[in-house]
Amino acid sequence: MPFGNLASRLQETFKKLSGRGKLSEKDVTAALREVRLALLEADVNYKVVKTFTDKVKERAVGHEVLSSLSPAQQVIKIVNEELTELMGGTLSKITLASKPPTVIMMVGLQGAGKTTTSGKLALLFKKQGHRPLLVAADIYRPAAIKQLEVLGEQVGIPVFSMGDTHSPVDIANAAISHANSHGNDIVILDTAGRLHIDEDLMEELVQIKEKTKPHEILLVVDAMTGQDAVNVAEAFNEQLGIDGVVLTKLDGDARGGAALSIKTVTNTPIKFAGISEKLDGLEPFHPDRMARRILGMGDILSLIEKAEASMDEKKAKELAEKIKRAEFTLEDFKDQLQQIKNMGPLDQLIGMLPGMGQLKNLKGGLAVDDSHLKSIEAIINSMTVEERQNPSIIGGSRRRRIAQGSGTRVQDVNRLLKQFEQMRQMMKQVSGMGKGKKKGRNMLPFFR
Amino acid sequence: MGWRNIFRRRKDDEIKNTTDTLSTETVSTENTETKNNFFQRLKSGLSKTRQGLFGKVESLLTGRTIDEELFEELEDLLIQADVGFETTMYLIDELRERAKRDKLKEGIQLKETLEQVIVSIFSENAAPLAIGDNSPAVIMVVGVNGAGKTTTIGKLGYRLKQEQAKVLFAAGDTFRAAAIEQLETWATRIGVDIIAHKEGSDPAAVAFDAVAAAKARKADVLLLDTAGRLQTKKNLMAELGKVYRVVSKELGREPDEVLLVIDATTGQNALSQARLFNEVVPLTGIVLTKLDGTAKGGIILALSHELKIPVKLVGVGEQNEDLQDFDPESFATALFSD
Repeated sequence: MPFGNLASRLQETFKKLSGRGKLSEKDVTAALREVRLALLEADVNYKVVKTFTDKVKERAVGHEVLSSLSPAQQVIKIVNEELTELMGGTLSKITLASKPPTVIMMVGLQGAGKTTTSGKLALLFKKQGHRPLLVAADIYRPAAIKQLEVLGEQVGIPVFSMGDTHSPVDIANAAISHANSHGNDIVILDTAGRLHIDEDLMEELVQIKEKTKPHEILLVVDAMTGQDAVNVAEAFNEQLGIDGVVLTKLDGDARGGAALSIKTVTNTPIKFAGISEKLDGLEPFHPDRMARRILGMGDILSLIEKAEASMDEKKAKELAEKIKRAEFTLEDFKDQLQQIKNMGPLDQLIGMLPGMGQLKNLKGGLAVDDSHLKSIEAIINSMTVEERQNPSIIGGSRRRRIAQGSGTRVQDVNRLLKQFEQMRQMMKQVSGMGKGKKKGRNMLPFFR
Repeated sequence: MGWRNIFRRRKDDEIKNTTDTLSTETVSTENTETKNNFFQRLKSGLSKTRQGLFGKVESLLTGRTIDEELFEELEDLLIQADVGFETTMYLIDELRERAKRDKLKEGIQLKETLEQVIVSIFSENAAPLAIGDNSPAVIMVVGVNGAGKTTTIGKLGYRLKQEQAKVLFAAGDTFRAAAIEQLETWATRIGVDIIAHKEGSDPAAVAFDAVAAAKARKADVLLLDTAGRLQTKKNLMAELGKVYRVVSKELGREPDEVLLVIDATTGQNALSQARLFNEVVPLTGIVLTKLDGTAKGGIILALSHELKIPVKLVGVGEQNEDLQDFDPESFATALFSD
C-alpha cells in the first residue's frame, strides 16, 4: 500500500495523543517529532518536512486545538489538511488542446518509467474515446523503440518511429504531421531518460519543446526517489517548465515522500500515479484521498470506484434479490469472492478501509492474502451442486471428502460452513430489517 | 588467466590513481592512459557527490567551533544525502563521542573523523567480486524496475571481455517489452554470446539453458539478467526464488554472486529492497547505479551499516567503461579530496 508505513506511524503517534483530554504545547511538539521522523523516513525532503511541521505546530499549538473538545482529532485534521495541500490540493487533469492534436511530452531520469507510462497513458486516453499516437523519441537506450512498439501493440495503439538515426527533434516534428494526417488527436512523445545535469541532453529537450510546442510536459518520477527528487524536479522545471508529474511504482512499499516534496518545491501538481505493472495500472492522482490514506482515515472513495468498475451490475441485482428471499447459496458466495478478487489484491483493498492500516502491522497479524480466498474457493469447488445449494446435507464423510478434494483440513471446511450459516442468518435479519448496514462486516470473519 | 585477478588488482590501481589524478593528463604511458581515463571518469562521477554532500560538509565545518548546533546541521546534511535517520544518528553519535574523547574543538577536525567513521562502516564488510574460483562463474543480477540491471550487465560484460574472459549473457527478463532486445543489442555491441528465449517464456527455463550452455561452451562468466520486480510482489519474488534454485541445481552450487542493483537516487526504500530481496535470494553484493547525477548515494551507507551487505560496483556514467569497483577506502578518499 502506498505510504503504508507513514500511515501507521502517524496513527501510532496520534494514538498517544488521543489518550488525553487536552493538548499542551509539549504534547504537540512530541507528536510532531514523530511526524518529522516518519516523514524523513518516507523520503520527504528535509526542508519540506521542516516547513510542514512548523506550519502544523503553528496551527496546532494555538487556540484552535487547546480549546477544542477533541484535540487529537483536531491535530489529525490539521495534519491532514496541510498534507493534502502539500500534495497538490485537488485533482488536476490533463489540459487538452482546443485544436488537436494535443502534444504530451514525457520526460525524466533513466529508469523512472517513461516508456511504460507512455503506453499506459495512451491506453487511458483510448478508453476515453481518443485516438492517441505514441512516438518513439528515445534513440539512445538499446531497444527503447522496440519496447514502445511492443507496448503499442499490446494496447492497440499506433506507434510512430523513425529508427535511431534521426534526431529526436525531427522525429517529434514528423510525428505531429503524421498525427495530423492520420487523425490522431493526442500525441505522446516518449523521450529518452536523461540526467537533469546533462546539458546537451537537456538542451535537446528544450529544442523539442520549442519545435513541437507541447501542451503538457509531464515529468515521470519514481516513487522510490529519495531526497534528490526535489533537485531533479527543480532542474527539469527550470529548464523546461513542467506541467505535471507522474509518480510511478507506487504499488511497492515505497512511502513516496517524493510526491510530498515535488509539489511544494516546483508548484507542479502530481497528475497520475502508476499503481501496477499491468497496462491499465495508471490512475489519476488524488492528493486528498492520499492524504486521508496516509493518516489511516481510509480511502473509501477509491474502494467504491474499484467496486463499481469490477462488479457486474446485473449479478449484483440478482444477488440482492436472493438475499431478500433468503436464497443465498454457497454458489453465490463463490461469485462474490470472485468479484472481490477482481477488485485487486486484498491487502491493497484492506489498506483503503478506515482504521485497517494498523491491522497490517499487528504481529503475526491479519493474514489477508489472496491465498486465503483461494482455499475458500477450493472448498466450495470441491462440493457437489447439491451441497452448494443445500449445505445442511454435508455430514462428516462429505466434509472429509471436501477437505481432501480441496487440499484443506476438515476444520477449514467446518469453519467455512459455520461462518456461511452465520452469514445467512445475518442476511435474513438484515433483509428483514430492510437495512444493509452490517452486510460488509460479515464478510470479514473469512479473512480472519 | 588475467581477468581473474582484475578485481583484486584494481584496488591498488585505484589508490595509486586517485592519489595522482592531477597529473594524469600528462602521463603518456600506453597502459596507464586507459586507466587514467578510467579514473578520470570515476573522479568526475564522484565529484558531484563530493560537491553535493562533502563540499557542503567542509564549508559547514570551516571556521566553526564544535557544539550541538553544528551537530544538528551536520545531521540535516546527512539526511539530505539519503543516509537515513538511523545511520545518521549512528554517525552523529560516533562523531560526538570521538570529539569528546579526542577533545576536538574546531569544526573542521570533525571532517577527518567523519571520513574515518564512514570508511570503517564500509570496510567492515568489504569484499571483491567472487568470480575467480569457479568456472563458469555465475552472476545473477536482480533489482526493482528501472534500477539499471540490463545496463549493468552490459557494462560488466564489456569489462570482463576486455580482460579476456569468455562471457555469456542470459536474457532472463522475459517480461518487460523489448528487454531481451535490449540485452541482445548490448551483446552484439560488445561481442559476447547470449542465451535468449521468447518474450513471455519461463525465466527459470532461460536460466537452466544458460547454465547448461555456459558449461558446454566453457564460458568463464555467465551474467544472468532478471526482470525488474518490486520487492513487495510475492508472486514475482517467488519466481525469482525459483530461478535461483534452478541455477543452483543445474550448477551444482549456488551462484557465485547475486547482485542487487540500486539506483543512486533511491531513498530509504532501498533498505526494504535489500531486506526483501535478501529473503528470497541471498544477496552477495550491491551495485549502485546512476551515481553521475546529483543524487548523493548516501543510502549505501545505510545499506552497509544496517544490513551489512557489501557494495561491490558503482555505475558512474553512460559509457561502456563506466562501471567501477566499489572500494571503500578510495571511495571515501575520493569523496573528501578536492
